Amino acid sequence: MQAATPIPTDVSYLEYKGKYKGIFSWIFSTDHKRIALLYLYSMMVMFLVGVLLGLAMKLELIAPGKTIMEAKDYNAVFTVHGVIMIFMIVVPGLPAVFGNFLLPIMIGAKDVAFPKLNLLSWYIYVLGALLVIASVLFGNGTPDTGWTFYAPYSFKTGTNLLPAIFGAFVLGFSSILTGLNFIVTIHRMRAPGMTWTKMPLFPWTLYGTGWIQLLATPVVGITLVLVSLERIFGIGVFDPALGGDPILYQHLFWIYSHPAVYIMILPAMGAISEIIPTFAQKHVFGYRAIVASTLAIAFVGYFVWGHHMFTAGMSGTAQYTFSLLTFLVAIPSAIKVFNWISTMHQGSIRLETPFYWAASFIFVFMIGGLSGLVLGSLATDVYVHDTAFVVAHFHFIVFGGVGFAFFGAIHYWFPKMFGRMYDKGLANTGWIVFFIGFLALYAPMFYLGMKGMPRRYYDYLPEFHAANILSTLGSWVMAFGLVIILINLFRSAKHGPKADKNPWNGKTLEWTVPSPPPVENFAETPVYGEKDGPYEYQ
Amino acid sequence: MYILSTQASNFVSGVDKAFLIILGISFLFLIGLTLTMLYFIYKYNRKKHPQATQIKGSTTLEIVWTVIPTILVMVMFYYGWAGWHFMKKAPEDSFNIKVIARMWNFTFEYENGKRTDTLFVPKNKAVKLNLNSMDVVHSLYIPSFRVKEDVVPGKEKMMWFIPQKEGIYELFCTEYCGLQHSYMYNWVKVMPEDQFDNWYADTTRQETTAVIESPAASGKRIMKNIGCFACHTVDGSKLVGPSFKGLYGEMQTVVTGGQERQVEADDEYIKKSIYDPNADIVKGFNKGLMLPYTNQLSEDNIRQIIEYLKTL
Repeated sequence: MQAATPIPTDVSYLEYKGKYKGIFSWIFSTDHKRIALLYLYSMMVMFLVGVLLGLAMKLELIAPGKTIMEAKDYNAVFTVHGVIMIFMIVVPGLPAVFGNFLLPIMIGAKDVAFPKLNLLSWYIYVLGALLVIASVLFGNGTPDTGWTFYAPYSFKTGTNLLPAIFGAFVLGFSSILTGLNFIVTIHRMRAPGMTWTKMPLFPWTLYGTGWIQLLATPVVGITLVLVSLERIFGIGVFDPALGGDPILYQHLFWIYSHPAVYIMILPAMGAISEIIPTFAQKHVFGYRAIVASTLAIAFVGYFVWGHHMFTAGMSGTAQYTFSLLTFLVAIPSAIKVFNWISTMHQGSIRLETPFYWAASFIFVFMIGGLSGLVLGSLATDVYVHDTAFVVAHFHFIVFGGVGFAFFGAIHYWFPKMFGRMYDKGLANTGWIVFFIGFLALYAPMFYLGMKGMPRRYYDYLPEFHAANILSTLGSWVMAFGLVIILINLFRSAKHGPKADKNPWNGKTLEWTVPSPPPVENFAETPVYGEKDGPYEYQ
Repeated sequence: MYILSTQASNFVSGVDKAFLIILGISFLFLIGLTLTMLYFIYKYNRKKHPQATQIKGSTTLEIVWTVIPTILVMVMFYYGWAGWHFMKKAPEDSFNIKVIARMWNFTFEYENGKRTDTLFVPKNKAVKLNLNSMDVVHSLYIPSFRVKEDVVPGKEKMMWFIPQKEGIYELFCTEYCGLQHSYMYNWVKVMPEDQFDNWYADTTRQETTAVIESPAASGKRIMKNIGCFACHTVDGSKLVGPSFKGLYGEMQTVVTGGQERQVEADDEYIKKSIYDPNADIVKGFNKGLMLPYTNQLSEDNIRQIIEYLKTL
């Protein structure tokens, strides 16, 4: 083995190129921070595609009948929108970008436990994304099954479904490996003196998420393989014509896809749990309760998948058991909300962009969560299941929840990641426009669902028209807000004023290293003493 | 409840009560917590409160706000269960109707052989629908009755209800089932029992579709359901068969038994083209591609289709 050149401690990760040049210094880098940015940029591209598809759907629904596309295209659009947004954005989102960038720094490590595996996860991610894109561009027709690939429609449709399914399968490996990497990193690489109960909350949520990624993702992998085999060879596992069971497919699919919601939301909750104490300049309220609720959500979240299937055909006992467990999983989320709001009490609140995102996160997350109670309860779920109500609910959770947390996180950690500050006025404008657009876009769908408008409808009866117009107008306002936010961030990453090491007076370890951080983060490994902790403001 | 759809079955009271309780508690929490948060943001703003007081938590509060939500969600669970559990078992003496779902319509078969595309039901009598799917998973949803059940191929499933209000209500497919999913809807017509009995006993009068939309709108829906547009366009472009655009009342050149002739596209012509499509073939198209729709479309249906064609 050759002696490697020592890695400098005073050169930022953005400048240090290692042995490669140009783009190769990025795509061959095993630095967790560079990998985080690779994820950020690739996700940004996919996210914009997903957003454009969403806007196209809303435009189509502005009036009954055909507006801009045929039913066939609409079905393809909502399928690809769902596959991209779920498998490529919200599932990997916060762990892959902010987890990668911050987990090692927040626990005082130089990198994740397996840096090469980390880079491999990104390669797998890109491969999966390309496969899904291939299913759109090649073959006879874009997949039109919805992101749920329900049997037996998923092997009756003539569209080019196999690459999309295989893409989702491949993306699963990226998720599993990232989860594994984070679990090992957290177990083995915390700074000396950082006991479990001194670890900041964002790493804690990554830990919970890591276990879900590791244990639940293989289930969907196997399920998707079975669908492919069914499609190619007609093995008869799910196809009733061959003696299979379509309900079995739904069970297997949701055994993963419900916990997947917690893969998405836990790190979002973690980011909010960092932002609020920093801007309240106060120790987080109920640290242990937040940790316990994180683990409770990760655990109970495995046992509630049946609430996606209350009308599918299950025994009555299974139905009320799943309903009961669903109500139980609501409690830890409520506990988090109480603790976040209590953290603001007696604080000294500095109103900055990340705080606005965090506070609006709490608001939209409450709407998402509370509307989830309607869906967990049997009588009411039967009524609103598979209507626009469900679409509103999960957009409030995964876009309102995960999306707002993501934007909060990027505005919070942006000076750390890029060493520069954004234009705060523009950032606040972007937030308020986006927030208003978001509410106008999704709130009418609650109303539509309660009036009985089914989801995945290309065309609808005239009585549903008014609320659909409002929703479409909201989508334009939200898109406008998004444009402001993105332009501001892109411009600032290059041209913004230089940022300090600790612009928000945060107390977690990432604020003790320079902005942007050097390659191996710390010149000297930090050590936690008896009285040190992540949120000690005095 | 006002913001839900019409209240027309025995399940309404239980379901709407569960809605009221869950939404009531939810709004209370949403408004209360949001106002508390806004108050804290205002009161503990840095300008007013420059120095934070460090409080790390409170075990009492944690217990309080664990126990109270637990009790509340159990209450919500109970009402959800209470409004639902009797949906699982239909009364023994229910009136049975067989539902056949396929891409993309529902057909209702009565025990005396009547077949309809609108669901006709008697008021104040338990009706049990036996659900069958010919192809993929569908879901039968009648908002005004507060019922929904997936229709799964290869599974014997049922749903039941007692209609309690006369009228005509929507009936949708709510499980995505492919191309024309959003056109897989129809209507439920609730009739007084004596009127229903007359309708049911009269097997000669083939009233299968309740009149609720304009005839042209019904025509369009029927054509979408039965799949006409797979081969015929409405914009003038040519697919497997001729376009419907501007067709009604125009002269057509057709081939009848090898002979070309001119014929006006009137009611008779359209009816013949549906019931016996290979008798006259429009010049430039091939014979044998379309099968007769004699058993699938009634004369009523064809009258509605003609109304729709007139609008093109």
